[in-house]
Amino acid sequence: MKILMLGWEFPPFISGGLGTACYGLTRAMSQCGAEITFVLPKPVSSEYSSHVKLASLKPGQAGIDYYKLADFENVTFRTIASGISPYQRPEEYEDMLRRIREKTQAISTSPVTESIGMGQGGEHYGSNLFDEVQRYARLAALVAQQEEFDVVHAHDWMTFPAGITVSALTGKPLVIHVHSTEFDRSGEHVNQRVYDIERQGIHAATQVIAVSYLTRQIIINRYAAVPEKVSVVYNAIDRNGKTLDPVRAAIHKDEKIVLFLGRITMQKGPEYFLAAAKKVLEVMDNVKFVMAGSGDMIRRTIELAAEMGIGHKVLFTGFLRGSDVDKIFRMADLFVMPSVSEPFGLVPLEALRNDVPVIISKQSGVAEVLTHALKVDFWDISEMANKIIAVLRHPPLQATLREHGNFEVRKLSWSESAQQCLDIYNSLLAPA
Amino acid sequence: MASVCFYFQVHQPYRLGRYSVFDTHRNYFDEYKNAQICRKVANKCYLPANRLILKLIERFNGDFKVSYSITGVLLDQLEAYAPEVLSTFHALAQTGCVEFLSETYYHSLSFLYSREEFSEQVRMHQRRIEELFGQKSKVFRNTELIYSNDVSHAVREMGFTGTICEGADHLLGYRSPNFVYRPPGVDGIKLLLKNYRLSDDIAFRFSNHDWAEWPLTAPKFANWVSDVNGNGYTVNLFMDYETLGEHQWEDTGIFDFLEHLPEEVLRHPDNDFKTPSEVIDSYEAVGEMDVPHMISWADTERDLSAWLGNAMQSNALYELYRLEQQVKGTLDPQIVSDWRRLQTSDHFYYMCTKWFADGDVHKYFNPYDSPYDSYINFMNVLDNLRLRCKAAHKTVTPQMEKMSYSNHP
Repeated sequence: MKILMLGWEFPPFISGGLGTACYGLTRAMSQCGAEITFVLPKPVSSEYSSHVKLASLKPGQAGIDYYKLADFENVTFRTIASGISPYQRPEEYEDMLRRIREKTQAISTSPVTESIGMGQGGEHYGSNLFDEVQRYARLAALVAQQEEFDVVHAHDWMTFPAGITVSALTGKPLVIHVHSTEFDRSGEHVNQRVYDIERQGIHAATQVIAVSYLTRQIIINRYAAVPEKVSVVYNAIDRNGKTLDPVRAAIHKDEKIVLFLGRITMQKGPEYFLAAAKKVLEVMDNVKFVMAGSGDMIRRTIELAAEMGIGHKVLFTGFLRGSDVDKIFRMADLFVMPSVSEPFGLVPLEALRNDVPVIISKQSGVAEVLTHALKVDFWDISEMANKIIAVLRHPPLQATLREHGNFEVRKLSWSESAQQCLDIYNSLLAPA
Repeated sequence: MASVCFYFQVHQPYRLGRYSVFDTHRNYFDEYKNAQICRKVANKCYLPANRLILKLIERFNGDFKVSYSITGVLLDQLEAYAPEVLSTFHALAQTGCVEFLSETYYHSLSFLYSREEFSEQVRMHQRRIEELFGQKSKVFRNTELIYSNDVSHAVREMGFTGTICEGADHLLGYRSPNFVYRPPGVDGIKLLLKNYRLSDDIAFRFSNHDWAEWPLTAPKFANWVSDVNGNGYTVNLFMDYETLGEHQWEDTGIFDFLEHLPEEVLRHPDNDFKTPSEVIDSYEAVGEMDVPHMISWADTERDLSAWLGNAMQSNALYELYRLEQQVKGTLDPQIVSDWRRLQTSDHFYYMCTKWFADGDVHKYFNPYDSPYDSYINFMNVLDNLRLRCKAAHKTVTPQMEKMSYSNHP
């Protein structure tokens, strides 16, 4: 089985869950014996990216690099110099544009003609992001012509035009993997062009994979997908092989720490976290609330904490990576994910793997997977505070959540998700 | 001789309402929901089953007999929400063919935590049963058939001559539950063991279409009972009363089954129906039943893990019983009553986390989405009760104040 995967982030070029999910899924598929060519935009210098260690590097065509990663035996990576970066809003694009232009000057115009009915842009702000998406599609088509594969698998909207193009050119079945929808990212104020691309991808797909039933329902209700065409494959988490850190028990601190970790954006519900924090502080004093992450709402969130008079109890760490994430988990007594809309939500799994009990919003896909987690409606700040206080006050609750939760997370594996994807490919390739 | 001995457990807890840490009111129990469930179960089970059993007793002229253990908390709820059920139980009591067993008034685990509280609750229950039905049973059954040798010792001292116990395989070994046994080291008290296979055939498997014996008919079941003749005295069929009409809905044919069972059982001349007291009076103990560790009738483990299986459950129980002296010291009947209603075992059952294997049973009228929610709710209520105790004590010693706070690190 050979798969052409179209993605847009991959560790260590990563700023969120999508890259982690692509990484886990691709590695597990590779271990199942599938051969994968993973096409992804090579990010221009960004504050989050560092450099990947390449097992080998061959000079590719202009703008297209070719390399392999250790640990990914059957995966070939092809990067396209492009400014596409995940979680980017069209309106944020202008700022980056200058740098991208410098980097992409060298790329020759693709011979592939525009094969899908996407607008050339121009109406509103940052239509160049859409041009980028379109250019990625053209370059992906170039890659596709040099590769042998049975299925095209595209991850999230920025790669959908590429997936449609490649599928149309080669006649191979198209699998669209929806990690999040425009409704998750923007609430009801959707960007119509992004929505259109998503809808086009969903309708052009031979099969759609949603990361949860929550997302599946959105795809059916909001994008008018045929229900039979939408499957659910849950995300998972790899075991980190770490046993409970003996240092952990020895950390003495006078204050409890409640952790928020994620992008500080509307979708993640930071203001509900603060509102719950304020209610907790009415009853308990020895607590600190740590918000780790960055995002377009960070300034407003800092200001809000100050306005609420709890600024001295809320700490902002900025974006954390690698060992800093481990460290913050080691310090935390509780992780809270108050997401307004969360298609899946990998961070709670990471928290549980680090022996931190979790409170998750009922409006998250991961709530379908976890039973040993406390669940609240994101808007119900009283109940959120009630549960935070309970976990901080009652060690037996914390212990039970931690033990059962850690056990539950151990049962999740990417190889199961990978196998489900492979089963879906097989069903598409089987002669009708 | 094969005597069929029916004992039905009749119980509903006072379920708690949602109680947040920010709540300060004293109405812990969800009156609306409790009334609703009580009436619903009354209509689906208690009333039709009582009427049917009354009819059968009349039809067989006293040859059909049953026994009940009705908890005090259910009697209180029936009095308030469905008094017609009480009058049908009263009518059953008048027939002389129905025995009402003794247990803890609050269906509590008090035996494990406070013998003093345990005796008080058993006495309360005995008084209530005597008031309502004019009987004082000499047979005791502990909450959820939680039992060890100690239970027999304790209740013998209180004047009981019989105890009900699970016929657990690991204790019986090759022996049969269809005999009467005696506990070691104490005279004058006998043990009745539940025949869990035949009991569960009715209680759990009756409507299971995958079961090889489905459909279970009265003649078939009566044959199994008759098979006991020659190698046993009694078939102890112990189950929740809610089996009739609630766990097994009416359309499964459970009432028809019960209606035809007496005539099929009595068709065999050596068979009869007996109450637990009659079984104890009629048959000698054939051997000793040593139960050094606590057992129960719950789940497949037959142990205490349904109520004490995780840290939350043992913590909640520990904190609850730790309040005993403070609660009783207030001399405030409302505080004492609230504290006792919190002792009902169901509250701790809802906190059970081993529901992957036994999920269905644990979900019966469970008001919570998760065991964690139930623990949080319970601890919030307990917190408020603790504050009320403190406020009620006119002179609070520094020592007591320290005790009541130490729960909060």
